[in-house]
Amino acid sequence: MANRVAIVGIGQTTHSGRRPYVNDGELIYDAVTKALEDAGLTINDMEAVMAGNMDFFEGHHLNDAMLNLYSGAAGRPGFKMNTGGTVGTMTAIQGWYHVASGLYDVVLAIGWEKHDEGLVTPAISTITDPAVDRHFLVGAIGGLATVSVAYMQRSGCKLEHAAMVRANSSQAAHRNPNAHMREIYSVEDVMSARMVMYPLNLLMCCPTSLGATAMVLASESKAKKICKKPVWMKDHVTVHVEYGGAQFGIGEKRWTSHMEAGAKLFKRNHITKPMVETQVFEMYDPFAFAIPMWLEDFLVCEPNEGWKLVEKGALKLEGEYPVSPSGGVLCTNSIGDSAILRIAEAALQVRGDGGEHQVTRDVKQALASGFGGSYWSDLLLLSKTID
Amino acid sequence: MAGRVGIVAASTTKFEAAKPHEHLMDLVVEVTDKVVEAAGINLKDDVEAVVSCSQDFWDGRTISSMPIPDAVCSHLKDESKVAGDGAYAVLYGAMHILSGDNKLILVVSHCEESITDGTMIENWSIDHIYHRWLGLDYTMGAAMQARRYMDKYKVTPEQFAKVVVKNKGNARKNKLAQEAMELTVDQVLKSKMLADPITALQKKPVSDGACAMILASEEVAKKLTPNPVWITGVGNFYEHHNLGDRDLAECDALIKSTKRAYKMAGISNPVKDLDLVELSEYYAPQELLWTEGLGLCGRGEGGKLIDSGKTQLKGEIPVNPSGGLLSGAPVIVAGMARVAEAVWQLQGKAGEHQVQGAKRAVAHGCDGLAGQMHCVLVLEKGGK
Repeated sequence: MANRVAIVGIGQTTHSGRRPYVNDGELIYDAVTKALEDAGLTINDMEAVMAGNMDFFEGHHLNDAMLNLYSGAAGRPGFKMNTGGTVGTMTAIQGWYHVASGLYDVVLAIGWEKHDEGLVTPAISTITDPAVDRHFLVGAIGGLATVSVAYMQRSGCKLEHAAMVRANSSQAAHRNPNAHMREIYSVEDVMSARMVMYPLNLLMCCPTSLGATAMVLASESKAKKICKKPVWMKDHVTVHVEYGGAQFGIGEKRWTSHMEAGAKLFKRNHITKPMVETQVFEMYDPFAFAIPMWLEDFLVCEPNEGWKLVEKGALKLEGEYPVSPSGGVLCTNSIGDSAILRIAEAALQVRGDGGEHQVTRDVKQALASGFGGSYWSDLLLLSKTID
Repeated sequence: MAGRVGIVAASTTKFEAAKPHEHLMDLVVEVTDKVVEAAGINLKDDVEAVVSCSQDFWDGRTISSMPIPDAVCSHLKDESKVAGDGAYAVLYGAMHILSGDNKLILVVSHCEESITDGTMIENWSIDHIYHRWLGLDYTMGAAMQARRYMDKYKVTPEQFAKVVVKNKGNARKNKLAQEAMELTVDQVLKSKMLADPITALQKKPVSDGACAMILASEEVAKKLTPNPVWITGVGNFYEHHNLGDRDLAECDALIKSTKRAYKMAGISNPVKDLDLVELSEYYAPQELLWTEGLGLCGRGEGGKLIDSGKTQLKGEIPVNPSGGLLSGAPVIVAGMARVAEAVWQLQGKAGEHQVQGAKRAVAHGCDGLAGQMHCVLVLEKGGK
């Protein structure tokens, strides 16, 4: 039986588009310091330190080792995971394995990215096969525009619904002091933004941001001793799928990584009504159609119902099922940090420490997701209590 | 450790200076097929999760594990990529089993060093504000390390050369080795000088290849094979990054990793308790330093240890009976290939370089400038 694992400390930097006078190590140090302060611990209490990030975005090889003076990993155990957009959730899951395996009691997991020191799209373009399709797919948007069109055709979702999603996210991000794009946009503002790749216009795409998030994870016995409000990492699912056309889940027989992840997680935890049994979802939502489409894909709501929930205003911060109350990836996307930030924000909601962007529902359980690679997913279930 | 993790089977490709006609995934498919057959399992039905190990810079591809689910038939399964040395992937795999999440997993690492310029990649791993611009690479780092080691402990270039003679000599008995040579100390010292005192023959050759392993819980491992190899101790630590923050003649991270792993496995006298060691000597001097770190001799006695002959194939504690990294193995795969070699030794399948009656071994992986991170695994056969 695995050791149970709790989040006992959370820290994040403020996020922005450009900070030329701060280096990546300093970002990490900032997040780590805040997480340790939140946990009431020092770096000397950390038995292992793990850091996740994407090599090509800043152009550093083995940067977990390179920046280990800033992260506190110097002289401690740890190693690096790298799985694309999911790297943040993967690093937290790596922390989970460190503790659940019984090898460690208190560990530190860090995700970071500093996109102003590199070019995102050229780096993302190299995810495709050099011999087959590197010449066709440009960055992440090619695939995501394709699935958005497919979703519109399949479900009846309109461009306006995506604009509503983005307008909601801007309202949420405005209340989150750590978010990158905090400007408030109306549906009309979003609709009139410049088209990038149909149907995604500029505001319907996530920005390129910089920032870092750190979390202290502890075993059950330790967490109960040192933390008043531990948030339990109750379960996690990772689903990776084959690389190729089928990755997008277009066509009649759709069964995507998100569907597999949702099905597994809900079955294992006996959740039959996800929108009742979990009260908030911090989703990795890198484009505006993601929220309605992936709520369906994660099996949180019925097929073709996602955009109707958007229309009803149900997914707003004060709605019946708030999604990404932090403003989500749509307003802040520092890739190596984006997914771990979803867990951190969901955990803050569970603790009731969301501040101005705390949802109105009483949160007992929360979902957090990561997205990356060739349509890969990580899905986590956080809980206020452990039975 | 809370439970025992069993290695059911291991496989590698033949390591070669270049495999121009094989796609990276051809290598992954080859080792996966081999290991699945050796373990007697069904890849699609039995493997619950996959831990892969590769690095974006070496593959020239953001998310170098993108094609892995295709190659290992893991569509809709759990796959995660360790971006470090392969020994860490084995460790992460062991964590999957120990946590109770999985009962049987595949670990696979790959790299084709020949497709890129390694020195450039090494340079990109060095702090980008102060030191990268000096043009440092790992050979220069290892040379500084060797110089400091010579200075502090009076180890000699001849002793470094003996490591090459031993390892490339051992490789003559290893069919999978890339560079098997019969050498003299003089030949090693007279090969091209790369960075004083490191000569060309003292550096791991450029290599292409892959390695795979099946890890399982105690119960499952026992069902699958009569001779599972157990991971009974693990330890891993980072050194500081800036060379000025370390004494290069010491290997603190390795010593700490070793202590942790030996404590778990109940090893007090490594020379007596172990039957062989497979370690990651990217450069010949490192083998001497790492043998100190692994407690096979006292501090500063690495040179004396190689002189004593104890680490020879027929010695008291054979080090790198396979030929080690000096006989060829790609970075990333390096540490995992050490684990694979140790597994074969313990299963009695090593071939001509078999250490007779081997019961307990240590496999060591490392990566980074002058060995910045170390991972030590204690492996055993039999037991309760």
